[in-house]
Amino acid sequence: MSLVRNAFNYHQNWQQAWRSPEPKREYDVIIVGAGGHGLATAYYLAKEHGVTNVAVLEKGWLGGGNTGRNTTIIRSNYLRDESAAIYDHALKLYEGLSQELNYNIMFSQRGVLNLAHNLHDLRELSRRVNAIRLNGIDSEILTTEQVKAMVPIMNTSPHSRYPVLGASLQRRGGTARHDAVAWGFARGADARGVDIIQNCEVTGIKRNGAGVEGVQTSRGFIEAKKIGVVAAGHSSVLADMVGLRLPIESHPLQALVSEPIKPVLDVVVMSTAVHVYVSQSDKGELVIGAGIDSYNSYAQRGSFQVVQHQISALLELFPIFSRLRMLRQWGGIVDVCPDASPIISKAPIKGLYFNCGWGTGGFKATPGSGWVFAYTIAQDRPHRLNEPYNLERFSTAYLIDEHGAAAVAH
Amino acid sequence: MLLIKCPWCGDRDEHEFSHGGEAHIVRPKDPEKLTDDQWADYLFMRKNPKGAHLERWVHAHGCRRWFNVERDTVTHAITAVYKMNETPPRRSRT
Repeated sequence: MSLVRNAFNYHQNWQQAWRSPEPKREYDVIIVGAGGHGLATAYYLAKEHGVTNVAVLEKGWLGGGNTGRNTTIIRSNYLRDESAAIYDHALKLYEGLSQELNYNIMFSQRGVLNLAHNLHDLRELSRRVNAIRLNGIDSEILTTEQVKAMVPIMNTSPHSRYPVLGASLQRRGGTARHDAVAWGFARGADARGVDIIQNCEVTGIKRNGAGVEGVQTSRGFIEAKKIGVVAAGHSSVLADMVGLRLPIESHPLQALVSEPIKPVLDVVVMSTAVHVYVSQSDKGELVIGAGIDSYNSYAQRGSFQVVQHQISALLELFPIFSRLRMLRQWGGIVDVCPDASPIISKAPIKGLYFNCGWGTGGFKATPGSGWVFAYTIAQDRPHRLNEPYNLERFSTAYLIDEHGAAAVAH
Repeated sequence: MLLIKCPWCGDRDEHEFSHGGEAHIVRPKDPEKLTDDQWADYLFMRKNPKGAHLERWVHAHGCRRWFNVERDTVTHAITAVYKMNETPPRRSRT
């Protein structure tokens, strides 16, 4: 009914899901970056810790960075105990998130397949599946025949360039509507009193002795004793404002979608070795993820040859896609850490916190990341789940190496 | 795709090259005398600037020699190419 009514008004009178307030002079906590992770942090600060005098500052528009640019895949099939704990915490939050936010995030646990193309892949997958199961996370190994039964359009011929020798499957994995995750958290945070301020770029962080005093923005100075930086690809730029060095390098990561077609693929398919991942959206478009460009970049675009490489691998696995046209292609700037694990940590400066380094796989962690970061900011100490993800691990050498272990090699 | 001017082979497509990360990171002479923080700084911490970046490239599928490049990380424009033992162009030294 409201759909019809608003259609007559050219959709100009829909109610706002969140306010757009003027920034106040002072907040208890400022979150820099209104992506999924930043908004989730603000939401859980208000909900779990009763901290509602919070501003989320966003230089562009809400959810317009990597939150709106990823391939929406959610899974928790990580090798290391520390990773399993935090990613599965996120997955469990996702399982109840539509209810919790009263906002349909279209979470679809359609399963995530990781293919093995040679004997080594298969052994590595088996080892990983066992480790994952020991951590209480669902995971299983499929044979070639089982993969074929699940995805009939896949070329599983032993003569193909990338023969499929088997796969691991996490049935609880799947996809969610990425924008809805950001919008749901934004609406939930706003309803609890959080100010979300868009078009407000942080240009400086003011220090006060050992602590912080506030941020200089394109809309004036805003005071806060606690500042949480959740700026993904721009984390190094923010850290540079207080003379802090991070072990992060920014790279473009691309994705593309095809024209919509009838349902052909009801599971997420990922392949480490040939580096392609694909799923079909509810609209029918194939959502295809590419790799990162090798060089540092802050431009939200990638190179053509990276896409070319992805598509050639995709067509080898799915010859049926050969005449599909691609509709859109885009890039996001990912913050890559040397050990391919995030940093969710207090900074050496009092009142300053960083949540960054998610690299190519941050979307799946959104609620879990916000949950532990809210705890870290509110309590001024890390939660058990994010304690290993401190900034000091690069000095203590207690790295959480997920480069080979994450289901996709980057 | 970038067009990179190898100092020895001239203009070539990017896919003939490999990116070698930030340039001018010198291995400390006495690693055992460094603190853990200093060693971590050498191993892991990076400038990652938004703007002019001094970086190494190797002509992996060509002459296989290393060289330095000054490239803007927003526009991707290459503003200087210089050899490994040369100092960076003056304007980038900050």
